[in-house]
Amino acid sequence: MKQTLEQLKEELQYEKTNACVQCGYCLPVCPTYMTMGKETHSPRGRINLIKMVGEGKITDLSVLEEPMNMCLGCRACETACPTGVQYGSLLEAARAAIVKRKTFSVPVRLLRNAMFKKVFPSRQAMTLTGNAVWLYEKSGVRKAAHKSGMTNKLPYHLGAFEAVMPQAVSPKERKKTPDRIKAKGEKKYTVAFFTGCIMDAMFQRINRLSIELLAEAGCDVVVIQKQTCCGALHAHSGEMEEAKRLAKQNIAAFEEENVDFVVNNAGGCGAMLYEYGHLLASDQEWAARASAFSEKSKDISEVLISCGGLPNLRSKRKERVTYQRSCHMTNVQKVTKQPVELLKSISGVQLIEMERADMCCGSAGIYNIVNYDASMEILDEKMKDTKATGASVVVTTNPGCLLQMKLGIERENLSQSVRALHLIEYLAETAGIS
Amino acid sequence: MKAVKQKHIEEIQNIVKEGRVLIDKSDRFSYSFDGSFGTFLPDAVIQTKSVEELAALVKLANREQIPVYPRGQSTSLSGGPLPVKGGLVFDLSVMNDVLEIYEEDLVAVVSPGVLTSAVHQAAEQRGLMYPPDPSSSHVSTIGGNLAENSGGPRGLKYGVTKDYVIGLEVITPEGEIIKTGGKTVKNVTGYDLTKLIVGSEGTLGIITKAILRLIPKPVASATVMAVFNSLVDAGSAISKILSAGILPSKMELMDQSSITAVENYEPLGLPTEAEAIILIELDGHPLALEDEVKKINELCHSVGAEEIRIPKNKAEEAEIWRARKLVSPAIVRIKPTKISEDATVPRSKIPQMCQRLQEIRDKYNIHLVVFGHAGDGNLHPNIICDKNDKEEMRRVEQAVAEIFTTAVELGGTLSGEHGIGLMKAPFMEMELGTAGLEMMKRIKKVWDPNNIMNPGKIFPEPGQKLELS
Repeated sequence: MKQTLEQLKEELQYEKTNACVQCGYCLPVCPTYMTMGKETHSPRGRINLIKMVGEGKITDLSVLEEPMNMCLGCRACETACPTGVQYGSLLEAARAAIVKRKTFSVPVRLLRNAMFKKVFPSRQAMTLTGNAVWLYEKSGVRKAAHKSGMTNKLPYHLGAFEAVMPQAVSPKERKKTPDRIKAKGEKKYTVAFFTGCIMDAMFQRINRLSIELLAEAGCDVVVIQKQTCCGALHAHSGEMEEAKRLAKQNIAAFEEENVDFVVNNAGGCGAMLYEYGHLLASDQEWAARASAFSEKSKDISEVLISCGGLPNLRSKRKERVTYQRSCHMTNVQKVTKQPVELLKSISGVQLIEMERADMCCGSAGIYNIVNYDASMEILDEKMKDTKATGASVVVTTNPGCLLQMKLGIERENLSQSVRALHLIEYLAETAGIS
Repeated sequence: MKAVKQKHIEEIQNIVKEGRVLIDKSDRFSYSFDGSFGTFLPDAVIQTKSVEELAALVKLANREQIPVYPRGQSTSLSGGPLPVKGGLVFDLSVMNDVLEIYEEDLVAVVSPGVLTSAVHQAAEQRGLMYPPDPSSSHVSTIGGNLAENSGGPRGLKYGVTKDYVIGLEVITPEGEIIKTGGKTVKNVTGYDLTKLIVGSEGTLGIITKAILRLIPKPVASATVMAVFNSLVDAGSAISKILSAGILPSKMELMDQSSITAVENYEPLGLPTEAEAIILIELDGHPLALEDEVKKINELCHSVGAEEIRIPKNKAEEAEIWRARKLVSPAIVRIKPTKISEDATVPRSKIPQMCQRLQEIRDKYNIHLVVFGHAGDGNLHPNIICDKNDKEEMRRVEQAVAEIFTTAVELGGTLSGEHGIGLMKAPFMEMELGTAGLEMMKRIKKVWDPNNIMNPGKIFPEPGQKLELS
C-alpha cells in the first residue's frame, strides 16, 4: 500500500496529538502504566508513538501494535488531561490503521469476521448463544466438564470465566420478556430500552429487571426489535466501518418510536451510544440524526434519578456496599453521581468508597480474554482496594466489570462472603422485585 | 562520545539483575521526550532499584564514554532528561519504595522515584509539612525536583527544594557511591556538596537517596483575592503587603489574558474587565490570620484595588484557587504550542517587568499571557503559538531572547524554577559572565572528566542558538 505521509497523518488523526503537551498528568491514573511500569504503556507514551508515525520518525506501524493492544481503553487519562486530548479517538484511529495493514492468520481472520460481523450484531445469534449457555448448564454438560477438569483446558483462560458465568435464562423465560410495558402509577417518561448483545445473551435477567424498575419508577418502556449491538467492541478493535454500520442501524431503529430517552444498563454500550454523534460527525446524511440519538441516550441510573428515584428500597440486613465504577460511564458519559445517589437511598446500606475508585478493574470489553495476564495484574490491584472496604456487596454498572469482579472474588477465595452484583440486581433485590 | 554497540548491551544486561533493560523501538521512543521540546532516541532504557547495579552501569559508561541520562517522570519543562546524545536513560521513577519519616529529627528519608505528593502526604499524616510544591507534584518524582531544584507557589514564604535538602546519596560520574550532608540541620564539615548537587540538573551525578527537612504544618489558612484595573497597581499592592510585615504563603498574579482565557474555558465568575488579579494565601494561627486579612484588605484598597473578595467557606476558597490552576489548560486552547518561561526578577521589579513584557508582546506581535508566583518575583510569561507556523516561531524566538535579557537587566535570572536544560543554555554567559560560566565548566570537568553525565545540558555548545522552529 503506497501512501503519502499526509494521508497517514489524516488516517491517524495526527492533528489531535498536538493537544498533548506531555505534562504527564495522565500517568498516575493509567492502570497499565502502574502495572507494566513503562512509558510505552502510558497514554502520553502511546500518543507520542502515534505522533512519531505521523512525523515519519517511525515507519513501521507494527512498532505501535503492542502498546495499542495493551491499552484498556478505560479513558481515565481523558478525565485527568488538563488540555483535553481526545485520546479515545486517537486510540481507535491507531488500532484501525494497524488492523488495516495486518494480515491475520486464516483462523483468526475467520473468527474475527464471524464474531464481529455475524454474532454480536445478530439478535438471533446472541439468543442462540444465550440458549446454548442455558443448555450447557442444565444438560449436565457443565457438571461433566467440571468433573473431568476440561474447563481448565479451555483456550484463552475461558475456564476462569466459565466459573463466574451468570445463571442462564431458559428459552421459555426469554420469550416471556414483553415488548411493551406500562408505567406503574403516574407516567413520567416514555423510554426505549437498549438491550445490548452481551447483556441480552448472558444477562437477560438484568435486562428484565431493568425494564421492571423503569416501569416502577414511572416509565412506559418499549423494546424495539430491530435494534442491534452497539458496536463498541468493533470500534475498540479497529473495525470502524462495521461500528458505523451498526450505529446507523440502531439510529434508524430507534427513530421509529417517539421516546424521551433511549435507556441502557451497560456502561460500555452507553458510552458507545453516547459517542454515535462523534462517530458519524463527518457523515453528512447521518451526523444530525446521530447526535440527536446520542442526546437521548441515557444510562438507566440517570433516568431512575430523573424520575425521582425508587421508593422504599430496603436491604434485609445491614450491609456494607462498595461501588466499582464503569470507566466508560465515568470518563465518557460522565455519569458518576446517580448510581451513588441510588445506592445511598437504600435503607440499611452503608456505602464505603474504595481507594482509587475510578481505576479500571481490567475487564475492558474483551481485554481480559485477549490479554488475560495483564488484566489479572490490574484486577489484583483492584481487589486490594475492594477488600480494604470490608464490603460484602460489590456493585457494578457494566456486564464486563460484573464478570471481572466476580472473577476477582473467586481469585481471592471470597465467594462465601462477598457478592458482585449489577446495580440493577441490587436495586431490584432491595425493592423486593425478583 | 561513543556509540552503544551490541557488546555494550550484552554487558549491561549482565549487570542488571534486579530490573530490566528496554531496547525495543517502541520503548526507546517512549523515553525520547519530556514536557519541553524535541525527540531524542536513547539506545537503551534501564529500570532497576539497585544502587549497586546503577553504579556498575555508570562505571561501564565512563569507561566506554557512553552518555547517561538520569530521569524521573519526565515532566521537565527545560529538557533536563532528554537523551540528546543517545546512550542510556536511567528511569529512576522505579526507585519509589523508600519513604521514611523521622518525627523526632523532623526529617524524611526518600528514594528518588517517590512522588513529591507522596512526600507531602506522608509528612502531613504526622502533622508535618514538606513545603516545596511544584504544580506537577502529583506526577513529578522527588529525585527530579532535587535535580532541577524545583520551586512552586510557596517559594515566597518557605523557599524552594534546596532549602529542604540536608543530605544525599549520589553516584558520581565515575561510578562511586558517595554521601553528602546528613540528618542534622547544622553541618559545616567541608564543602556543601549537597547544595552543589541539588539543581545541577543531573550533570554531576545521580541522586539515589535524599534526606529532607520537614517543618510543623501550619494550623490554618486563609485566602484573599484582590482585583485591579492596572497591572502596575497590582505590583504596588504586592510590595506594600510584603513591606508591611506580612509574609503570605502564596501570592499569585493573573493578568487580563489569563483571566479571560480561564473564563472562556470554564466560567467561574472572574472579573474579565480587570487588568490583573492577585490571589493571596496566608497560613498560621487563626487569630493572626484574621488580623492579616484585615490589613491586606486595607492595603490593597489604599493602592487602588477595585474589589477585594474574601471566600466565606472552603468551597469558595477552592473555587478561587481553581481559577489559578486552570490557567495552563485554558491558554493552550487558544493555540496548540505553549512556551512556558520562568524568568524571575527581584520582587520590587515586578511592575517594571510587567511593563516590559507588555512592550515585548506588542513589539513581536505575539500572544503573551502573564501569570505566576508574583510574590517571589517568579512570573510565568507564557507564549501561546503554533509550532507549525515557522514565521511566528521566529518572532517567538526573538521575544523569548528579549524576555531573558530583560530579566537579567532588572537584576533577575533566566530561570527561577524550571532549569536551564537545553533551551536556555545559549543565554548562560549573558547572566553569569565569561569567568562565572568558566568556573562552572571547571567544576563539571572535575566531577565528570569524560562528560558522560547528562551531556549537552546547561552549557552551550559552540554556536548554539535558541531554536524553536
